[in-house]
Amino acid sequence: MTIFEKIQYTRSGKRPTASAYINALFTDFTELHGDRRFGDDSAVIGGIAMLRDTPVTVIGIEKGTDTNDKIQHNFGQANPEGYRKALRLMKQAEKFHRPVITFVDTAGAYCGIGAEERGQGSAIAENLYEMITLQTPVLSIVIGEGGSGGALALAVADTVWMLENAYYSVVSPEGCASILWKDSAKADQAAAALKPDAQNLYDLGVIEKIIPEPADFSADAEKEQFFSSLEKELTAEIRRLQETSSDTLLANRYEKFRKVGRI
Amino acid sequence: MDLKALFKKAGNTLEGGVRIVKKRSSTLSCPRCGSEYDKDSVLKNHWACPRCGGYFRMSARRRLRFLCDADTFREFDKDLATKDILEFPGYPEKLSKSAEKCGQKEGVLCGVCKIGGYDTCIFIMEPDFMMGSMGSVVGEKITRLFEYATEHSLPVVGCTVSGGARMQEGIVSLMQMAKVSGAVKRHSDSGNFYLTVITNPTTGGVTASFAMLGDVIIAEPGALIGFAGPRVIEQTIRQNLPKGFQRSDFLLSHGFLDAVVPRQELKDFIIKMLRIHA
Repeated sequence: MTIFEKIQYTRSGKRPTASAYINALFTDFTELHGDRRFGDDSAVIGGIAMLRDTPVTVIGIEKGTDTNDKIQHNFGQANPEGYRKALRLMKQAEKFHRPVITFVDTAGAYCGIGAEERGQGSAIAENLYEMITLQTPVLSIVIGEGGSGGALALAVADTVWMLENAYYSVVSPEGCASILWKDSAKADQAAAALKPDAQNLYDLGVIEKIIPEPADFSADAEKEQFFSSLEKELTAEIRRLQETSSDTLLANRYEKFRKVGRI
Repeated sequence: MDLKALFKKAGNTLEGGVRIVKKRSSTLSCPRCGSEYDKDSVLKNHWACPRCGGYFRMSARRRLRFLCDADTFREFDKDLATKDILEFPGYPEKLSKSAEKCGQKEGVLCGVCKIGGYDTCIFIMEPDFMMGSMGSVVGEKITRLFEYATEHSLPVVGCTVSGGARMQEGIVSLMQMAKVSGAVKRHSDSGNFYLTVITNPTTGGVTASFAMLGDVIIAEPGALIGFAGPRVIEQTIRQNLPKGFQRSDFLLSHGFLDAVVPRQELKDFIIKMLRIHA
């Protein structure tokens, strides 16, 4: 697949969404709602669960599955209260020394009148600012679309993984093509130029691991195998992060972002 | 205003950005009412139109001269230049064109200076360098400034103007949002003061990171401030936007700014904040 074909695949609806990961990788998931300030954004789901015998906080951007479900989750485009709910749950995780695991899958933060009125920029900024010093391990997995600031707001983590066909980009290829070349039909060229695929991000040192995908997620046996192997890697990585002292963890996290574009 | 100008698309993609139209080298016309002035009378009026109060866009150096005490500025990382990390088509040409246009190597000016006699670190973004966009050098320079300020227990005054993260550096630009925010957090955790001055326009990744992280956040009147640009929102929701949407007063009334400060009072406001936090 070309980079643009991979991007189209992440949007095809033929891949598991965040809730499928939560169901497959954890037990006893209890969803916790609301940002305690304005409302509950169903584009972001979060709560407490068990990763084997470790209590963890799990947060995901959920795109929804069928049409009604997609509408219900606003197509995985979060409003400020979604980011604020995520931050509230992360602060709660910090208090109880629970590792945080996030699943990123969004075309981008929602852009609308209400989102601006309630401070979309401020909400994202606040997450970046707080996550860099959150005193508990944070692991993020980009499972499909990693759309700009709306994705980064859940991915300031000690470890960032990406699925083989996922992308993570500063701008959508359509947006890039339309701004630079006044032609959104040149999205495939923009995608090639932006290099937002897992391999390029790995080479740039932005992510730590590329997760291989089954050829077809609709094949049950392959999907089961995929989740089972991911669960093993997740458990091992969370254990490693938990064994790291808090000072070292935070110093490494700062350095992970500090080094990108260091001159 | 003539009708043609009204319906004309903005000259560049800085949303709602208005450019100083240079008629002759020393004549400037107001971006709002079109009145023409010689440079000196505009300068005397703090780069505001003597007739309608509209603001002329200020380059970073001009704003620096306007804010800093004379001969106190020591610039940091002046020669830090961008590498075309992704080998993005057309990027090297854009960089050299921008550099030529504004005489700067990159889109932000950083250093230490005195304002009203108070020592402070300062960064000023450059509107004419690729729309004030943030790539690796802008991120690196501002990060280094905050790290210097943390080490020397100095406040930071930051003036933002930006179209957001720079597309031509892809993910590296996006990561600058987290990198700068991390440095701001360390500066803050050490008990240091950060004042953000938001100017027209500030959008995208800069709004969604260090522009919104000041202890005190102020804006110039009428500045466009948002995450998504107004055109993108209109295209998404297929509605016209309410009057004054995403302008300074809108953000003030929604609780995201501490104050809207006219340009003429800006320096005094900054001095007051530096005195209180000294």
